Amino acid sequence: MKVIKAGIQDNIQDMGRFGHQHLGINPGGAMDRFAALVANWLVGNDTKEAVIELNFPASAFLFEKPLLIALSGADLGASVNGDEIPVNHPVWVGKNSLLQFHKISKGARAYLAVRGGYKIAPWLGSKSTNLKAKLGGYKGRSLHKDDDIPLNYDNQHHPVLDKKEFFVLPWHADMSWENNPDKEILVLPGAEWNRLTESGKETFMKTSFVVTNQSDRMGYRLNNQKLPVTSGEEMVSSGVSYGTIQLLPDGKLIVLMADHQTTGGYPRLAHVISAHHPRLAQLKAGEKIQFRFTDQRTAEELFLSQHQHLQQLHNACKIRLEEFLYALH
Amino acid sequence: MSRPRAACTTLAPIQGLEVFDFLYLFYAFTVKKSTVVPSLLEFSWYLEEIIVNQPAFPYRIFSLGDQALSVDYGNVIDETINEEVIARYYQLKNEHIDGITELIPAYSSLTICYDLITIKKQAGSLNGFDWVKKLVEGKLEEPRPFLENKSDHIKIPVCYDREFGVDLPAIAESKNLSMDEIISIHCSKKYKVFMLGFLPGFAYMGTVDDRIAMPRKSNPVNVIPGSVGIAGIQTGIYPLFSPGGWQIIGRTPLALFNSSKEQPSLLKAGDSVSFYPIAKKEFVNF
Repeated sequence: MKVIKAGIQDNIQDMGRFGHQHLGINPGGAMDRFAALVANWLVGNDTKEAVIELNFPASAFLFEKPLLIALSGADLGASVNGDEIPVNHPVWVGKNSLLQFHKISKGARAYLAVRGGYKIAPWLGSKSTNLKAKLGGYKGRSLHKDDDIPLNYDNQHHPVLDKKEFFVLPWHADMSWENNPDKEILVLPGAEWNRLTESGKETFMKTSFVVTNQSDRMGYRLNNQKLPVTSGEEMVSSGVSYGTIQLLPDGKLIVLMADHQTTGGYPRLAHVISAHHPRLAQLKAGEKIQFRFTDQRTAEELFLSQHQHLQQLHNACKIRLEEFLYALH
Repeated sequence: MSRPRAACTTLAPIQGLEVFDFLYLFYAFTVKKSTVVPSLLEFSWYLEEIIVNQPAFPYRIFSLGDQALSVDYGNVIDETINEEVIARYYQLKNEHIDGITELIPAYSSLTICYDLITIKKQAGSLNGFDWVKKLVEGKLEEPRPFLENKSDHIKIPVCYDREFGVDLPAIAESKNLSMDEIISIHCSKKYKVFMLGFLPGFAYMGTVDDRIAMPRKSNPVNVIPGSVGIAGIQTGIYPLFSPGGWQIIGRTPLALFNSSKEQPSLLKAGDSVSFYPIAKKEFVNF
């Protein structure tokens, strides 16, 4: 699988590198784990397999051999040899197929999975690219033009392809699990929430903030008005997590994302609930973000219900693909 | 007179006579440092102090979202508190609790990350957070384990040449010291590794002598791996290329982070470190 044109930042990610934060090694992993899992499951891969996280403008890929692929997450207007293909469907692509991305119409990050996965040596138990340490993933970096990504199953010819350039398998993964169409993001209070003055708290809760273009895999900077604090006491470094909302010394907010540092020394005002990490990951610069407080129990229940939905998807993907492969034998 | 007896009667049968004798000798020679044989009474007070009155560290536990919590001992840089953090880190680590994914010791806090799905299977009707909190509180009530062979002393060569120690002149000016004085003050102390964070293998060490303590730069600059810096009363070494705001005083030829090693970080929380100066020629040939 060759990279014909490089995107702005596409790299290999999996579910993350855990158990090494005490050494300052951040977990990383896919920003939208929900979508990364679904992409893998659509092609029959294991949960731990790596995917390529694509940002727009994304790379263009040439598949030299027939292959079963799937895209999930953002809709980046994908095409195979010029013909549009949908997200959240498995797609069989023929020999010398060109996968390109034309426009971003929904979300921010897409995930590309190939059946069997990418042949990448794990580092500390994970294939995720650690961009800061330049380790893991494909040569520890984002993909460049002319990169040749080795695959675990390199020839996946299938009879459905006999007379076609590609074939969209006739089922798709339903990504909606929560009856809440708005973009509101639920948060839990952080240890230093009370450092904000009453007016600061009100601004935090009632204003929607814009995600600035100073946003990446490490964190999203928001363009909030300066939030007033009751105490400017310096903090010694302490643990943070994906979704932690910190107040920077200039009064601006930063939401920590998948490549966050293991510890931080800024006040932790709130934490985005795990169930809404995918929603957060699919925000792009210029979009608005509105926080609303919830409680521990609701946060946990939402995560569990999301997990249940994912399990159902996992089973359904498995059954559909097995049936399809069996029927054509 | 009843205090010492209580300690003696509870201890002697449990610890056995050999341990008792050893502790007595340890007390006589190391703690008392006296040639006069201390009385058994005095000794039993000492025993009671170390065993019954273990120093208690007040803490609070707060949520760090829905899959992590922090045990917080207050916003301080303090060796005794940090020792407690590290001891508790090893205690929980050795328990291998199902569902705990990360333990992150920091200056005065221990962060515990958990997998909510695994935890909920054990938590019954409790919230995952409440279940983990209760579990941790229970563990913290147990006496803290004795840390044996958990820390190393590492001697780190540093070339304080002006080419590497780019901020030496600025510190010298602001602190009214010569550059040689800064170097000798920096090398005169044994530092403790309080925690790792910020970058893979980045050790936060301290505490630095007040005479050379310097605030962080207001604007971060690009820093080269091996650079040794000062920020407030902390000292640290950049393992990787990174933007950074610490005042850079020298560079070590040692690799702080080596991904091909099973233990990729040269330093770990709890270690002690001392620096010694090397010439530029030694740095180059290291």
